[in-house]
Amino acid sequence: MSPGSALPAAAAIARAPAFRLHNRVVPVLFAAGAAALLCGGFVALAPNRLVSGRPIGLFAAADWRISGAIAVLGLAVLATAFAPPGRTLHRAAAFLSSLLVLLTLEAAGQAASSLGAGAPALARISLGAGFWVLLGAAALAIIDALQRAGAGPGERLAVAAALAAAILAIAQAGLLDALSLAREFHTRQHLFAAALVRHIVLVAAAVGPAVLIGLPLALAAVRRPGWQGPLFAVLNLLQTIPSIALFGLLIVPLSALAAAFPGLAALGIGGIGPAPAIIALVLYALLPVVRNSVAGIAGVDPAVVDAARGMGMTRRELLWRVELPLALPLLLAGLRIVMVQAIGLAVVAALIGAGGLGIFVFEGLGQYAADLVLLGALPAILLALAADFLLQSLAALAARR
Amino acid sequence: MIEIDRVSKAYDTRVVVDDLSLSVPEGAFCVLLGPSGCGKSTILRMINRLAPFDAGVIRVGGEDVREVPPEILRRRIGYAIQATGLFPHWRVEDNIATVPRLLGWPRRRVRDRVEELLQLLRLDPETYRRKYPHQLSGGEQQRVGVARALAADPDLLLMDEPFGALDPVTRLALQGEVLRIQQQTKKTVIFVTHDIEEALRLASVIAIVERGRLAQWGTPLDILENPASAFVAEFVGGEGIGLHLLALRKVADRLRPDETADGEPLPSETSLRDALAAMTRRRTDRLPVVDAAGRPLGAITLGDLVR
Repeated sequence: MSPGSALPAAAAIARAPAFRLHNRVVPVLFAAGAAALLCGGFVALAPNRLVSGRPIGLFAAADWRISGAIAVLGLAVLATAFAPPGRTLHRAAAFLSSLLVLLTLEAAGQAASSLGAGAPALARISLGAGFWVLLGAAALAIIDALQRAGAGPGERLAVAAALAAAILAIAQAGLLDALSLAREFHTRQHLFAAALVRHIVLVAAAVGPAVLIGLPLALAAVRRPGWQGPLFAVLNLLQTIPSIALFGLLIVPLSALAAAFPGLAALGIGGIGPAPAIIALVLYALLPVVRNSVAGIAGVDPAVVDAARGMGMTRRELLWRVELPLALPLLLAGLRIVMVQAIGLAVVAALIGAGGLGIFVFEGLGQYAADLVLLGALPAILLALAADFLLQSLAALAARR
Repeated sequence: MIEIDRVSKAYDTRVVVDDLSLSVPEGAFCVLLGPSGCGKSTILRMINRLAPFDAGVIRVGGEDVREVPPEILRRRIGYAIQATGLFPHWRVEDNIATVPRLLGWPRRRVRDRVEELLQLLRLDPETYRRKYPHQLSGGEQQRVGVARALAADPDLLLMDEPFGALDPVTRLALQGEVLRIQQQTKKTVIFVTHDIEEALRLASVIAIVERGRLAQWGTPLDILENPASAFVAEFVGGEGIGLHLLALRKVADRLRPDETADGEPLPSETSLRDALAAMTRRRTDRLPVVDAAGRPLGAITLGDLVR
């Protein structure tokens, strides 16, 4: 090769990065979303709420303007993967992906109302696999873009809040009303708010005592390492009991207690209802609380503890001023695990009459109505995601020092 | 005055401190010197009761340390350690304010004291008070560690290999600071190290510890000139003792008054070791000597160094 021919080649290499693939995640998400739309049903049309529906694709079900906009937005998000990375680009990708989420919801609502208009009154339009995959891919694209933009907890919270507000506005405007899920919601609207509140109360009533019991247990275990073996053996054993079994096992002793002490029964404690549910949730929450607290407190640099004692701190001062603040990121991580776990387990608690979002799940299971199951499951998932997100942000703030 | 009176400590059958007695006069800079694992740190930690002992008595200022609640005792004694043990979640000013706040000093007094200490350790208060420990270099962290130990103006300062993890240049600078502060404030310092050079640079008295026992006790010069045992002689440098001795003596001690020599003069406060270094570097066996003001005092020869 002559020296002269090397120059254009070098220039070509220097120019090349502008058209290179910079982000491998987005094309995978695009492929998943596109494949789901082309192969699977976006919504499903069933003659009534109890039978499975016939899948209908996005382009057949929704108005061409909306489905066209979804295709254009998807391609636009894909294009960001080939542009040179930068904060502005990633923010733009997050915005486009958020629009895609909203448009996907709107397409489902619009498809349902146009399909419903020509169908008998009992007909139901449910959400299909194509819808969920597209929604999931768009949501993951938002998360990926925020991560690449280096967004802090504040910015993430702002995006999540804006997105939630937009979705609520779409729902409020009645754009989703024709969907089977929304119709299940409307027939049970009077129960829904109470069930949601009861669910949150169950979780709070379990996590609070779990921390109040777990933290002192962890402290005792750190001060006397010999206790750790037996303590963790018991807590691990509790964790292995299936939740339905533990709810069931608590019915007998609590019924007996309530029968023996009428005062307890008057307080609402009995074999079924919230009392056994909360007890079971506390028992499940103890292991993560204790394990993370022990790891956090035992993980404090021994030189820091030595210095604190050498300065003349009492045990109490050492704990409150040094050990707990330094263990805080791990304590919050434990709290996060426990919250997410309790939100999920509280669904099962509906089985023993504790109420909460689980009532819709079990009612739906009993009636073989999948959209009613979703009415209980979706809010529980969103609650868990919100708790996870909030505590993760708090832990990030606490770990910043 | 700190009296350690026939103190012993054993873990099961392993004796860590064996019937050790030591008394450190007020205002002394006492270095506990010995190899790793000889028990010198344990002895230091017994004084503020971080380490328990089985037998004997330790008195600080005439008071038996076991008669005082440990927290109260420790707040009266400064404590600095090799790993600094700075609180990573507190700013420099909060770290230094630890003991004053435990003692319940008013806010204003704590603030003034922190400022004073930052200046004493040559850390600019405006630059450093708001920083977190992880934003400081190793040497700066240890300066803050020393400032924190001095915060409540204790009469006694315990230092456990505080400069062991620092690079030689930073270590030398901090040794100079501690020596300056000790001479200014006349505090009693008990300082643990395994580094003989550090001990000779700082100590007014050295206690050499060998397997939990006191192997020798005396001024640096005593110990170099008359090592009490083969262990001590070996530990303080073997043949290298000669160089340590040169480091402890001054040109003024070996001066030939009224004689003269050519070349750049040495100040009379120069150590004999530095005089030897200067002669070697300049390829001469004779140098003039001046006083601190630069007035000629005489001369010194290579032979005078080893006389």
